[in-house]
Amino acid sequence: MSPKTSNQIAISMLYVIASTIVVILAALLGYIIISGLPAISWHFLTSPARAFTSGGGVGIQLFNSFYLLILTMLISFPIALGAGIYLNEYAKQNWVTALVRSAIEILSSLPSVVVGLFGFLIFVVQFGFGFSILSGAFALTFFNLPLLTRSIEEALAAVPDAQREGGLALGLSKWETVLHIIVPAALPAILTGVILSAGRIFGEAAALIFTAGQSAPALNFTDWNPFNMASPLNPMRPAETLAVHIWKINSEGIMPDAKAISSGASAVLVISVLGFNLLARFVGHRLFKRLTAG
Amino acid sequence: MLINPSSPHSDDGWLERHIVDPSLKSQQPIVLETKQLRVFYGDNEAIHEGDLKFPEHQISALIGPSGSGKSTYLRSLNRMNDGVARVTGEILYRGVDVNRPEIDVYEMRRRIGMVFQRPNPFSKSIYDNITFALKRRGITDKKVLDETVETSLRQAAIWDEVKDKLNKSALALSGGQQQRLCIARAIAVKPDILLLDEPASALDPVSTGKLEETLLKLKKDYTIIIVTHNMQQAARISDFTAFFNMGRALEFDETSQIFTSPKVQLTNNYVAGDFG
Repeated sequence: MSPKTSNQIAISMLYVIASTIVVILAALLGYIIISGLPAISWHFLTSPARAFTSGGGVGIQLFNSFYLLILTMLISFPIALGAGIYLNEYAKQNWVTALVRSAIEILSSLPSVVVGLFGFLIFVVQFGFGFSILSGAFALTFFNLPLLTRSIEEALAAVPDAQREGGLALGLSKWETVLHIIVPAALPAILTGVILSAGRIFGEAAALIFTAGQSAPALNFTDWNPFNMASPLNPMRPAETLAVHIWKINSEGIMPDAKAISSGASAVLVISVLGFNLLARFVGHRLFKRLTAG
Repeated sequence: MLINPSSPHSDDGWLERHIVDPSLKSQQPIVLETKQLRVFYGDNEAIHEGDLKFPEHQISALIGPSGSGKSTYLRSLNRMNDGVARVTGEILYRGVDVNRPEIDVYEMRRRIGMVFQRPNPFSKSIYDNITFALKRRGITDKKVLDETVETSLRQAAIWDEVKDKLNKSALALSGGQQQRLCIARAIAVKPDILLLDEPASALDPVSTGKLEETLLKLKKDYTIIIVTHNMQQAARISDFTAFFNMGRALEFDETSQIFTSPKVQLTNNYVAGDFG
């Protein structure tokens, strides 16, 4: 076979593989969105679920998903930022660093259902948080921390060393340089990483079934005192999220319109995750332009 | 040519090394001096000897082939090699050995500033690039900051080009403008000595010309030590020139001497373009 022919064959094979991936993704998204879209309405997005009759919505689950996401980020972002800064800016290449890195690697490969069961034992049972948003947020932090740390570390590593030298040469300490020059310069990439990981958290179910619980008690959206049980802000209440809700309807849903609700909720979930991805691109791009051209 | 340290002269009349004391040739006092300076990367010795004296308000150029150690030497002077390489010997800044561990290295770097090979403005506005280090030192008076921005940018000969866009990002400037901004940023903290590590190597000829003019103006206020691979540049702007080869300063003299009648054969070969 001539080099030209073999090259042609290789290129065609790669095209086929690449387009297969695109087709699978498009089919999946298309199916979920097309079958779910008819169920989505303002009423569907805002009203509570019903257990036995049709006409329920996913309002509380949707709110729970966002609230859990924000709490998880509040807990995991500072830790991941600290770990990322340490690993990229301060850590020497020795066995301690290697240990930390492999710990992160192992943590990121743990199955989420195991993380969920672990979270159940620690937070729900041992710490007595019960099935609550807080337990869920801690479990999701375990789940989120490795990837967020990695993406922050990579964002910092992408900032040229010339910037670090520039700071030091002005008589600034290493910490001042990192905090005021390197982190701001890495901000677009850090933010992209945060938003992408937000998409993953938003769609997570297995880790939450045993931690945030599978029930969504009615909420009073006029009560914003986080110490009241019916307040949406109370972090100690059980909170079924959208992804958990989908799992539950499909395994034990007995409402007559279970299929429609499941399809609708799936579509909402997928559209939200897609939204996070688009937002990540948009924000990263805009911020980069703001910082470089302004 | 074999180097025999025991005899200062080789058979054909060339010197092995020729290091002059600039205070004998110019009226300027010495502000920076290195004694027995040696630099190690691990077990690898990059600089074997660099005993040089730099006169105040003059431009001293460090030239030599790639890997001759001129940049390593320069970066050791304000301890940018801390944590990267081990530096032994003395670096006397106005009589104080700044290579001792108890020296406040941050304060020292404010006296001995540095500009790098590639322009490295921070991803901040032009104004913030200049004022950043000052603000970190607690200077918040808007009037003082404004004044410093203007004088530094004027001294770096870039004020006219950027005065209307001080709040724009520094990254939007051209490479040559960025490099002059970096010089302005370095002099904003009012250093005594300015170290420049091949500052024009990433610039086009026009920008290089402007940079050189800027340096010639700056020497009345600052002592400048510049590493360059461009011999014409050294000849155009410097008062003294050191020739480095294989980790050693072989010759240091007035620039006119180095380029017209060098005393060391390798210097002669290098400035004649025979190697490098």
